[in-house]
This record gives sequence, structure tokens and C-alpha cells, in this order.
Amino acid sequence: MATPKLNPLYKFQFEKAQDAFVLLYPEGMITLNGSAGEIIQMVNGQRDVDTIISELVAKFPDVEGIDKDIHEFLDHAHEKKWIKYVE
Amino acid sequence: MSSKPVLKTDVKNPLWLLAELTYDCPLHCPYCSNPVQMSERKDECDTETWKKVLSEAREMGAVQLGFSGGEPLLRKDLEALVAHASELGFYTNLITSGIGLTEKRIKGLKEAGLDHIQLSFQAANADENDLIGNKRHSFEQKLAVAKLVKQYDYPMVLNFCLTRQNIDKIADVLALSCELGGDFVELATVQYYGWAYLNRDHLLPTKEQLVAAEATVNRFRDTQGDDEPKFIFVTPDYYETRPKACMNGWATTFLTVTPDGSALPCHSAKILPLTFPNVKESSLEKIWHEDFSFNKFRGLDWLPSPCRDCDEKEKDFGGCRCQAFMLTGDMHKTDPVCDKSPDHYLIQAAIAKSKQPRENLFYRDPKTDIPVHLIQE
Repeated sequence: MATPKLNPLYKFQFEKAQDAFVLLYPEGMITLNGSAGEIIQMVNGQRDVDTIISELVAKFPDVEGIDKDIHEFLDHAHEKKWIKYVE
Repeated sequence: MSSKPVLKTDVKNPLWLLAELTYDCPLHCPYCSNPVQMSERKDECDTETWKKVLSEAREMGAVQLGFSGGEPLLRKDLEALVAHASELGFYTNLITSGIGLTEKRIKGLKEAGLDHIQLSFQAANADENDLIGNKRHSFEQKLAVAKLVKQYDYPMVLNFCLTRQNIDKIADVLALSCELGGDFVELATVQYYGWAYLNRDHLLPTKEQLVAAEATVNRFRDTQGDDEPKFIFVTPDYYETRPKACMNGWATTFLTVTPDGSALPCHSAKILPLTFPNVKESSLEKIWHEDFSFNKFRGLDWLPSPCRDCDEKEKDFGGCRCQAFMLTGDMHKTDPVCDKSPDHYLIQAAIAKSKQPRENLFYRDPKTDIPVHLIQE
């Protein structure tokens, strides 16, 4: 099972001024929406995708189709090179 | 047209702080954007003043911080300032020539929490690089620094300033960037401010050079591997027909503090006939929201004709105030880069004039004796 980690080019943190999680990189910033922030927060090079999904399902039991959203976002994040998959 | 006072609540706080720690620099590049009349080292802000500035900017929500200059490594307190900024939660960028970046310092900066190093090159070979910066052996020092930056796991941005002198060898620049393993590479055709404006007739590439260079970069991008650098090509706006949205709009996003503590909405604004406040005398909060000069070109109400009635005014906000001032003598005018501006002929005249430079090329050096008529022009 694939295990994502943050691309070391990016730094992930919560920004009070944006009231959002952000990805910081050389001279730039990506502001993440609420669900993107929750997902990236789980990405640590340890949890595999299934674990991320099950933990987020437990945290947000009322959200329908959360697994599809997570897969879609991770694909997007991978394409943007925000995350990499651990070998 | 009377301008509406800008209410504090209308104004977003800055996201970006550029801390120009010193104007001193071991290199003397004629394309430097620093002002031709530079303040002296004795007037520089001390460590405590810089720490206060960083704390206040972070409190306002600024998150990107550039340590720049001149050469910021010439400040012995750089590590202390990086450590302070890092504790505050800034993303810290060191913008450097690499000269003086020893392994001891690169390690110390890592421990202090520095996030990223941007390393400049003047060309992709030793002879031209050392000639443009007017410093022998600088190329080999930069190569060594690039290796150290990677060795210490920093994200590395390489910056090449392109001019008439080096733009034809852009293929070598692309190859060197890949060899050094840059993450991002800025291929920045020089913008004409400060020393670069003084030397514009020598530096401005021809349209043909520019088109050829951009085509080379595009061809290279098409064949690039996934792990190779991302190239960012910046065209000089003299060949555009619309102005750049300078600084994302005056005093909306960026805040520069110069070595002597002047707070500016952009790093070039000191040339304008405005008085700018000093961080030694006032808080950033007060400066950003209340200062006359910061409010002067905020929003769209101040726009002149033809911008006022232009459907693109929200894209470029009338362009660059410094460029309008340098070319027309009036900072309130439309940036003459725009071909809707009645002053656009000035840009075309500048391009024509650059084909046969009449003045000498001046290396960036505070001791350079520059004829007064060139400064006042």
C-alpha cells in the first residue's frame, strides 16, 4: 500500500492570518482549504493511504464519500509534487 | 478626482517582508537593482531593530521573509536574525551571491532554521561570471556553495540575471542548472531599476535575442525529466504591451525594509518624490495602515487616464510607479510600458537608444563617480 510523505521542498503549517493550513516553498505559498489541510496533516511518511482514510473516516463520520475525496486530493497533490510516495 | 480615504479595514496586511540587511556587496554587477545612491554601513539597523521589525511583521501575518541586500552574509548577526524569524514561524529565504557562504555558516544557518537558499550566478562560465560581477574566482566559489546547499538539504533556487551580454548562452545556463540540481531556476531578464536603469543601454537585450532565448528554454522544457529543475523565464517588460501588476498592487502584499530602516511598498520606491517612514521611529502596523506614502497609490481611485476607464485596470493597477516616474518624470502616470499610454513612445525610444550606448557602463560600486546628469535624468 502506498505511503505518502511531504515533498521536502514544502513546509506545512497553520497560518493564523489565513485561518488555514498552508504549504510554503521558496518565495511562495499555497493556501489549502479545510479538507485539503486535514488530509495533508495526516501525511507523514508513516501512514499509508488506507490508514489516512480510516483515521479521517473516524474523525468525520458524517462526511459521505470521504475516501473518494481523499484519493482525488492525493492524486492532485502528487501531480503538483506537494507529496511523494515512499519507496 | 478626489480620492476616498482608505479605511484600515479595506487594507490587507502584508504577506511578504523583504529585509535588505546591507547594501554592502562583494560583487559589483552593473545590473543591480539597488539604488545608485546607497546609504552607508554606519546607518544600518542594528540587530534589535531588525528583530523588532520581524516580530511586528509576523504579528501582522507576514509569512514569507527574504533576507537580501547587498549581500546579507556580510551581516554577522544573520544567523541570529534567521533564528528569531524561524521561531516566529516565517518561511525564511536567503537571497545571496554565495560569496562568503562557508560550510560553517551554511551549517549554522541550518541550525538557526533557514528554509531556503537562492543563489545567484552571473553567467554559466567562470570568465563571464567573474567579469560581470567584477570579482575573480567568484564562479568557483558559487559552484562550491551550490554543492554545500544540496549537501545540507536546502531547497535551492538558482537565479541568473539575463542581459545582452549573457542571454545568447542560455543553453549553457540550462545545462549548468541541471548539473547543480537546482529545484527552481529563475531566468530573470533584468528589470531596469537602480544601477540597471543607469546601465540600461548596455544591458537591454534585443527583441531577437529575447525571442531566441525563450524558444531555447521552451524546447528544453519539452524534453525535461521529472526531477530536473523548474525553469521560470521572466521577460523584460520593455518588450511587453501591458505593464506588470507591480508588487501585486501598491502596498497590498509586499513590504521592504532597507538597510537604514526605511519602510517601502517595493524595493525601488525610494527614488520616488515621496517621504517614506522609518522602522526606527514607528511600528510596522502604523506605517502600513496610516502612512501617507503607503496609502498614496492604494486601490484604483487614484488612477490616471487612460487607466481610469480601462477594463484591464484590475489586472495591472496602472503598472509600476517607479517606471512611470523614471521614464516620464511623473509618478502618477500610466506605466509607459502600456501601449495605451500616450507615453509609450518613451519605451520605444529607449529600445532604439540602447542599440548605440553613449555613456560608459558603470559597475555597481558606491565609490563610482557617476555624472550628475545621469542620476537626475
